[in-house]
Parts: sequence; C-alpha cells; structure tokens
Amino acid sequence: MTPWIFFESHRSEIFQATLDHLTLVVIAMAFAIAIAVPLGMLIVEHRHLRTIALGFASVFQTIPSLALFGFLIPIPFIGGIGRRTAIVALVLYALLPILRNTYVGLNSVDPTILEAAEAMGMTTTQILLRVRLPLALSIILAGIRTATVITIGVATIAAAIGAGGLGTFIFRGVAMVSDAVILAGAIPAALLAIFADLLLGQLERRLKVV
Amino acid sequence: MNAKTAAPLDVAIEFRDVTYYINDIPARAIVSGVSLSIARGETLVLLGRSGSGKTTLLKLINRMLIPSEGQVFVGGRPTTKSNPIRLRRGIGYVIQEGGLFPHFTIAENIALVPTLEKWDSARIAARVDELLRLVGLDPAEFSNRYPRELSGGQRQRVGVARALAADPPLLLMDEPFGALDPVTRAELQREFSALTRRLGRTIVFVTHDIREALLLGQRIALLHAGRLVALAPPDDFLRLDHHEVQAFTACLDSSDGVAS
Repeated sequence: MTPWIFFESHRSEIFQATLDHLTLVVIAMAFAIAIAVPLGMLIVEHRHLRTIALGFASVFQTIPSLALFGFLIPIPFIGGIGRRTAIVALVLYALLPILRNTYVGLNSVDPTILEAAEAMGMTTTQILLRVRLPLALSIILAGIRTATVITIGVATIAAAIGAGGLGTFIFRGVAMVSDAVILAGAIPAALLAIFADLLLGQLERRLKVV
Repeated sequence: MNAKTAAPLDVAIEFRDVTYYINDIPARAIVSGVSLSIARGETLVLLGRSGSGKTTLLKLINRMLIPSEGQVFVGGRPTTKSNPIRLRRGIGYVIQEGGLFPHFTIAENIALVPTLEKWDSARIAARVDELLRLVGLDPAEFSNRYPRELSGGQRQRVGVARALAADPPLLLMDEPFGALDPVTRAELQREFSALTRRLGRTIVFVTHDIREALLLGQRIALLHAGRLVALAPPDDFLRLDHHEVQAFTACLDSSDGVAS
C-alpha cells in the first residue's frame, strides 16, 4: 500500500486527527504561556524565586517525554488515561523555553533606558509593564515559537496514553510495520510544525523594536 | 552668622559630609566627605575624570543611590526621608543619547512624566508642542517619529525636552552631549546655555570636558578620586593651583592647539 492510497482512503480520519492534535497543542500552549510569562515577569525582581523556577522548568526538559507521560498517569486529579494528562505533560515541557526567554528578554533591555526610566520616577511595576515588557516582546515570542514547535512534536507521543491526535497513526503504523500509516501521522505533524514556525516567526519580526 | 543654617530657601541641594561606598567597604569609597551647597537657579558643573565619582554624586541627588555616610538635602529635606518616586518626578534627568524609549514616539517620550502624573491629554499635547519648539524641533515633523529615526543631536534635544516636561525646578544632566560630534555638540552647548539662562532652573551638569564646564557652569566643582578638590566660578577656576585643576587646564591648551 502506497502512502498516497492510504491518505486518500483515510482523508477524514487524518483530518480529524490533525484537528485533535492542534487542539491539544493550542490548549497546552495557552496554559504554558499563562503560567510562564507572568512567572518570568515575577522572577526578574526576585532572585531566589528565579533559581527555583528556572530549575523546576529545566527538570521537566530532562525527563524523556514518553516517561513523563507514564509518570503522570498514576497521579490523582491531573493523571489518568486521556487528554488531560497529555496536556499537563505538554505544558510542563513548554514551560522552560517560554520562561527562559521571558526572563532573558526582560533582563536584556538596555541599562541606560532602565536608568532613565527609574530617574524619571517610574515605579518598578511601571518599568516592567511599560518598558521591559514591550521591549522584550519579540524575544518572548521567540520562546513561544520554540515551545510550540516542540509541543507539536511531543504531542504525537500523547497518543501512547490515549490522548488521540496524529500520534495515533504513528503508533499504529509502528505496530503494523507500515510506512504509509506512520507517514499519515508524521507528515501532517511536520507540516503543522513548519506552518506554526513560519507564522510565529512573522509575528516575532513584526514585534521587534529596533 | 552660621553659614550652614543661613538662608535655607536659597539652597536647592546640599551635600553634608557625604560618603558613598558599595559592599560595605569604606576603604574603597567612590565619594568621600563631600560637602557642597548648590544655590537655587544656579548651574553647577561637576567636572572630573572617568571614575572620579561625579555620576555617583548626581545619582545621590535623586536617590538613585543613598549616602553611606552624611546626608543629601533636596529642597531642605534629606533624600532618605523623601518618597523616591515623588522626589524623582520633580527632578529632570538627561543622560547621554537621551535614554529615550525606543518603543515610544517622540511625543510619548516627552509626555512620559506628565502621563505618569495623569495630566489630561489636551494639556499633555500642548505641553509636548511647546517643549519641542523650545528645543528647536518642529512638532508637526517630529511628534510621531521614533527615536531611531532621529540624529544623535535631535535625540539629545528630545532628551532635554523630556526632562523639562513636568516643569521640574531641578535638572540633572549626565554628560548629555558626550556622544555627539564636535560641531553638533558646540551647537547644542550654545543653545543649551541660552536656554538655561532663560529658564532659571537649578542645574547640576556632569562632564569630563573642561571647555564644556567653562562654557556652561556658573561654578565648577572638580572631583578627583571621590573628593571635591576645587570649587570656583570659571574665571577663578583657571587660576587655581591644585594639580588636578592644572591637569585639566593643560588639556585645554593642548586641545586648543589641535582645534586651531
């Protein structure tokens, strides 16, 4: 069976899996951004929290993704088989690139601009929200872009714990020793990743302040 | 009469035996035992080599730094007793390259302090136009541009306009013209000196350029290794026989030779 014939005959199934995959990624990214960006803003001024937060986020990056999905299954409330567990794992994975870029971006603002801001009588919060954040936006977005591409890839493994998505085809294809079935999952996942990368790259350039 | 308590109203800024050091190492003080009064409406130039402590002295005035020993009085109050945010909003601050916000338009940059002080938008707009004209820039042409679209000299003009926005009685300037080419610098120095005479603000101006000090200062305070070693009006300053004064006047002669 050639991949093309398999694609033709399973069109709607592949389309549905792509949608499920995208949903998984979008939900996970929304949570990851909602956690990592404010946390990154917080650790600019709090040195002790910074070490803890960056350390915590780094730890998850070191756990192999399949193992992380496995570890989460027995945990009450967030665990179990299915989409919720998968989203938790994806969020944990996406945290580090976003958190690190948020922190680095906020911290890389030209010191003379920060000095001027302080000398003009801006409060720490005003400096953070009106000076650091707008100037760091493109770097933060670069982190979000990296995290999105990673998440699209890692989300294929979520099928192992019954979360659906494009990984379903990949796992099925591996079991059937069928390249065509594997490609039915892998090609749309790769296209999603490329498309997300291009789109977010565009946005990143637009937000850049010289 | 005791000179220290006399006529406090005429004193805008007073350093009383101020020493500043970091990391609790008094032996490596950046500023040592400086006592100095700056009169209301006076332009005082802090002159010194790099690392002589002049910028530190400036930052002690608006409480960007707090004295390790002694006190700095602004408007008769020790800076340590003032709310730093309120204190700074009443003190204009200009640095090299202007320190303009790259993501703000020129108008937004100038409007910074009035916006923080929640002026209404009509008053802010009028003030921005007035200030742009004051520093010699056409509001119609410059208001909506961004700092990167301006030349160094124009940016510096905007920096001065921004510092004056909320009409502060006090201006602190840290080598504002240092990054400019000699021609633009001379042009801005001339205009600035005329402007300050007209506005009657108290100005503390930091520079390492003796010519600039002589041109702009009503008095020149020379700092050397964190200590105040000379304090005099320009004419008298040239006649002082302190070795550091002579080091500066000597480079005046040599650069004269180069320029002519």
